[in-house]
Amino acid sequence: MSRLPDLRLQPPRPAWGVRPPRRKSLSARDPIRVLEPPRRVTLPLAVDGGVALQPCVSIGQAVLRGEPVAGLGAPGTTRVHASIAGTVVAVGLAAVAGASRPVPCVTIEGDGDDTPWPGYRPVPDALRLAPDDLRLQVAAAGIVGLGGALFPTAQKLATGPALHTLVLNGAECEPYITCDDALLRERPERVVAGAQLLLAASGIPRAVIAIKTDMPAARIALYDALQAAADPRLSLAVVTGKYPAGGERQLVELVLGVEVPAGGLPRDVGVVCQNVATAAAVADFFASGQPLISRIVTITGGGITAPCNVEARLGTPAATLIAAAGGYAGTPRRLIMGGPMMGIALPDDDLPVTAGTNCLLAATDAELAGDQDDEQPCIRCGDCIEACPARLLPQELLVACRQDDLAALDRLGAAECIECGACDYVCPSHIALTRRFRAAKRQLGDAARAAAAARLARERHEARTARLAREAGRREQELAHQLPASGPDSGP
Amino acid sequence: MKFDVRTAPQWRARTSVSRVMYTVVLALLPAIVVHAWFYGVGLLANIVVAVAAGLVTEAIALRLRGRSVDVLPGDGSAVVAAVLFAFALPPLCPWWVTAIGMVFAIGFAKHLYGGLGHNLFNPAMAGYALVLVSFPALMTAWPAPEIGDLDYQRPGVAATLRYTLTGRTGDAPPGLAGLDAIARPTVLASTRDGLAARRTMDELRASPLYGDFGGSGWEWVGNFVAIGGLVLLVTGVIRWHTPAAFLGGLLGVAGVFWLLDPNVHPSPGYHLFTGGAMLGAFFIVTDPVSAPVTARGRLVFGAGAGILTYVIRTWGTWPDGVAFAVLAMNAAVPLIDRYTRPVVYGRSTS
Repeated sequence: MSRLPDLRLQPPRPAWGVRPPRRKSLSARDPIRVLEPPRRVTLPLAVDGGVALQPCVSIGQAVLRGEPVAGLGAPGTTRVHASIAGTVVAVGLAAVAGASRPVPCVTIEGDGDDTPWPGYRPVPDALRLAPDDLRLQVAAAGIVGLGGALFPTAQKLATGPALHTLVLNGAECEPYITCDDALLRERPERVVAGAQLLLAASGIPRAVIAIKTDMPAARIALYDALQAAADPRLSLAVVTGKYPAGGERQLVELVLGVEVPAGGLPRDVGVVCQNVATAAAVADFFASGQPLISRIVTITGGGITAPCNVEARLGTPAATLIAAAGGYAGTPRRLIMGGPMMGIALPDDDLPVTAGTNCLLAATDAELAGDQDDEQPCIRCGDCIEACPARLLPQELLVACRQDDLAALDRLGAAECIECGACDYVCPSHIALTRRFRAAKRQLGDAARAAAAARLARERHEARTARLAREAGRREQELAHQLPASGPDSGP
Repeated sequence: MKFDVRTAPQWRARTSVSRVMYTVVLALLPAIVVHAWFYGVGLLANIVVAVAAGLVTEAIALRLRGRSVDVLPGDGSAVVAAVLFAFALPPLCPWWVTAIGMVFAIGFAKHLYGGLGHNLFNPAMAGYALVLVSFPALMTAWPAPEIGDLDYQRPGVAATLRYTLTGRTGDAPPGLAGLDAIARPTVLASTRDGLAARRTMDELRASPLYGDFGGSGWEWVGNFVAIGGLVLLVTGVIRWHTPAAFLGGLLGVAGVFWLLDPNVHPSPGYHLFTGGAMLGAFFIVTDPVSAPVTARGRLVFGAGAGILTYVIRTWGTWPDGVAFAVLAMNAAVPLIDRYTRPVVYGRSTS
């Protein structure tokens, strides 16, 4: 790498994006409340569709807070830890928030005393450890991406010679959600310490913490924390308040002015992205020896009595969190995990929250006005094109979806849709674009896999045919050598 | 507690097709009032006839196509087309001309192409082009504006309605002879005839038909159309690209020729504030259905329509060129869309 791309600490406002109502002040008034351990937690051992970790506890076994319950395999694999002390009461499939079908889980009944497991200890001089050691410890601490993807952090940090920038994503762009904002306002030093640890673990030379223009308090707090740290490798970028500025690819484009190649990852252009909460979790682990057993969750919406941010143990049922926020106000229509743009509507509030739960939004009829699916014909207004952060043509993709034209979907770049919902949001014809694109992406993926399998089968067949032909040729030659007498002059 | 579920996004902006369409109608209201002030109530009668004909055609077309027949308020697209079509007509216009235009606009230009969202051509302009070609004398005979120094007595409300609804003018014999008594050539027509007769712009501008920039009276209508256009811009119903490109294209070409010889070429201000230029810029080329979808495409489309308007006005057969310019550019939209596609994120590098 000859020269690093310049950091754009105040990137220009992009043409794409939308500005839905923010409604963030609802939950941003009070400081983060640390909740008491709940009576019961359900801990998923897999993310939706992923491979489950192997449980290492059995029913009836007593566990302490922070004790590993799954993933004690090869070094470097991530782990799941008991988020409360108590007794394992179930190991098996259970429904969790955000998973489309039941996933393997460990369920623990609390005993109320919350005794910590002594297996992990604080590492005050962690910055002096070798990168490989640090990554092993981050993996052991069970730290995964808290932005919602739940990808194991240690794997993302694997060193590469061309990695040049660590982007810490604090640009919480979904309406209503303030958990990262609260973290940055109240615990900025942990994010800064986490940034230094992540740099040490990955060998990346610089980090930039990205927040939005509409987070002035977080900006001041972070500025002070960065001043205190006096680390020239760290900087602060303030990006647009437009949605979806906090999308990984969008943030890379905003802060570095480079695009992540289609179908690629940020590391293909030398960038690693982590959520600010992930960085704070890393700092917490090395400072206190506590693995990932809690996270900050925003509980908000018109259907919540006292919206707030809480630090909750992973696996706590949604209903317990909502009770901590004063319970429901009236009868909210929908309970959303995440924000209104990309969040998942939960069928009921018994489901446990996971490491990916940044928000529980209990929304009323009034807040959801305009969610009806009364589709009108597309009038080609182009608002979706203007909104799309991936520079797609949603109205053309819609035609391709309706015609089931996979070739057109591929050509138009359906695979690059980040499912942010901006096109749906602005559509005057109320067309469910994102839902169709999600299905189209799945279809394209299936088709690509089928094509790859067919190609493999064809290559195998061709290789076999060639080999058989070769062998037949060789046999003929051998035969010819064995019968040297056969010639024109030696016929019978 | 149980909740209803749906896939993200969980909400939408408060916008809808009918809201967009009726905002367009509301934005044109000030200009309609000013139009009636200068040219009498003819426009109002035309609007009533056009809306009625448009809605009936829309209802029949929807029924024939097996769609739910909801035309009022409905999506508002037929009302918008009717109001814009009526606005383009001369204020004194027999009802059957208006009705023929609207049946063609809604029945042929819109529903035969697949209905809302699928029409290649702007329905209002398609209807206008049809009646302009079919009834050229009627379409170019405008009453002069109500302005002091014009030797002209405007027909009253009763006479206007009688003419609109029957095609007759009071005691005068039916048909064109009666209309000729009250109509004056439009400024665009008299300019082109005067220039063809080797008169200079300075001589022509001495006529009371001319105001400060364009036709007297008409330039005020243009002002209020532009105000309506600004309302549409501020409310986000239209984007700036098409109007700016249209006006820029028209102004640019007009400016070049005017600078070459102001005696035989009317000023850019004249072109802007005469005829359908303002209406075209803010209410016609901004029709999303028949325009390109990307910002770049809309710049090309608008500029093309503006330049063609000048070309047709100056060298064509018809005094005003907005309708034909827009229709010609409508036909180019698929091509423009094809060549102005944005590069998908992440594909420019690979």
